[in-house]
Parts: sequence; C-alpha cells; structure tokens
Amino acid sequence: MKVGIAYDLPRWEEKNLIEEIKKEGHEPVPFYSKQAIFYSDKQVNLDADFFIQRNVSHSRALMTSFLIENQGYPVFNDHMTLIKCENKAFTTFILSRADIKTPRTAIAMDKEGAIAAATEIGYPIVMKPIEGSWGRMVAKAIDDDTLRSYMEYQEFTSMYYKSMYYVQEFVKKPDRDIRIFAIGDEAPVGIYRVNSKNWRTNTALGAKAEPLKIDPELRELALKVKEKIGGFFLGVDIFEDRERGYIIDEVNGVPEFKNTVRVTGFNISKYLITKLSEWYKK
Amino acid sequence: MVVLKCPVCGGDVTVEEDALPGELVEHDCGAQLEVVKNNGTLSLKLAEQVGEDWGE
Repeated sequence: MKVGIAYDLPRWEEKNLIEEIKKEGHEPVPFYSKQAIFYSDKQVNLDADFFIQRNVSHSRALMTSFLIENQGYPVFNDHMTLIKCENKAFTTFILSRADIKTPRTAIAMDKEGAIAAATEIGYPIVMKPIEGSWGRMVAKAIDDDTLRSYMEYQEFTSMYYKSMYYVQEFVKKPDRDIRIFAIGDEAPVGIYRVNSKNWRTNTALGAKAEPLKIDPELRELALKVKEKIGGFFLGVDIFEDRERGYIIDEVNGVPEFKNTVRVTGFNISKYLITKLSEWYKK
Repeated sequence: MVVLKCPVCGGDVTVEEDALPGELVEHDCGAQLEVVKNNGTLSLKLAEQVGEDWGE
C-alpha cells in the first residue's frame, strides 16, 4: 500500500506517520504541498493509493484535498469534511440541526446584530473567529462594551469572515475539556486538556494533556459527530456541562496528536494506518 | 549529513541527508530556516511565518 502524506510543515505527527507506515510494511509517499502545481488539463501521477491530509495551513489543506481528490485519489480527510470542520459556524449549525448538543450560538452579520444576540444569549459570551485555530482571538466578552471592542479588533484583521460575528454562550465547564479522536468506525483514544489559569483549554495555549477513559456515551457521541461531519480521522472537542452533560465545542479535520500519544501511550499513527488498510482492502 | 549555508548569516548549517522539504532548522545566528529540495538538491531559506490559518 502506498500512503501519501500531504503536508507543508513536517511536525512530529507527520514524521511519526511516515515512520509507522514503514513499520507496517507500507510505503510512505510524502507530498510537499508548498511546491505542488496542478493543471486543469493534465492528470498528475501522484503515485499513491490514497492520501492522508496533514497540512497545518487550513487553506493549503482544503485546496490540496480538493485538487488531489479531483485527480481521482481518495484523501482523508476530504475537502467537504474540511469545509465543515474549519468553519465553526458550519460545524455548530450542522451539529445542532442534527440534535447534537452544542453551545448556544448566533451568527450575526453586523455589530448591532451581534450585540442583540449577546443580550439574548446572556453575558458573558464567547466571540470566536469563524475560521481560526489554536484558540487565537477566542475572547470572552462580559458586556456590550467589551464585545464592541473585540468586534473592532476583528474588523481590522485580514480574516475572510471579519465582518460576521460568531457569538456563543460561555459554557461553565470545569477547568478542562475533552478531546476524542474518531478514527474510521471507532473512537479509540482521548485526553483531558486541563488549564487552571486560562478558560481556553487548547494545548497550544498551555493546557496540560491528561489521559481519559472513554465511556460509552463519549464514544457514541464522537461517532455521531463523525457521521454528520464526515471524514475518517477527526479530533472532537467536548465540554462537560453540569446540567446538560457533554456538549460539542469544535471538530478538527487535521488534528494534532503528539500530546495524546505522549500521555496515553496509544499509537494513533499505527491505529490510523491499520484502519485505512482495512478500508483499502474493502 | 549535509552542510548547507545559512541564507541569513552565511554560516554552516548541518542537515540530515534525508531531511524532508519544509523541515525547520534553528541556526545559531537565531534564524529559523526551512529545508528546500530542488531536483534532489537541498538548500535553506527563511522559514515561513506562522499563518493566520495555521493550526487545528
């Protein structure tokens, strides 16, 4: 089996995948996206049976998934899955429409709408960039005044959705959230991401990874999310709410897993390759 | 190992022969560099800055 790895920055995850592909007796085919050229009138021989999408840049991930699929190769995750994951509005609204619990959220097309939505939801609220990552620019507004300031900051960024506002209830979770990996038809591993100093529990912002035992409810929830979002390999971020139980925060289409492997000892690369191999044989 | 030139200070930078294009290398001069592979030949350029759309 020839396994393509579409990447731009070879992090621990990409190198580990390459190593595990070799150990499992397959051939890794690194595909460096930054030097790629695709022509509309030419077929490119990419010399792989399928690809794992690992670009750290969302735009490169989306574009290369689409272009590689367009050449006839399966990509995990495919571009439609990435669209649903990378746009937080799409994720939240797709899941809530499917009766999967998400934080109460509004998308407002102007500032006055955002203020009205925040008043309706009730302060404090969380404002997030519609497309963003690693917790950047995710901010807690405690009143109209702080919300107006955050909106002004957003307006002067170069974000694509800078004039639309994602306003979400502030979920009173413990000082941690949950990350579950959905791989193929299973949800084999997860972690708590603990931060007692910052309500944003991204490991990129200093949250500590701790092992987690996946209960049947978490497993079922992660797989239900995967059914609605699509894809083969997802990182599902989950809040614990005292009254409502598990609530889906976000879904990641190109999840990082170094810290999960470190604290759980679970070999995610090997598991992913095994699951992809099962899929390939079918 | 391959010895390449730092595009910032001109000093020597040692890189693994099987380095992947895009791999990051920190140089003593403080520059963060990125491996480039053209027709099998390795070189270095200044690394791309973390983009607004990077991450998960």
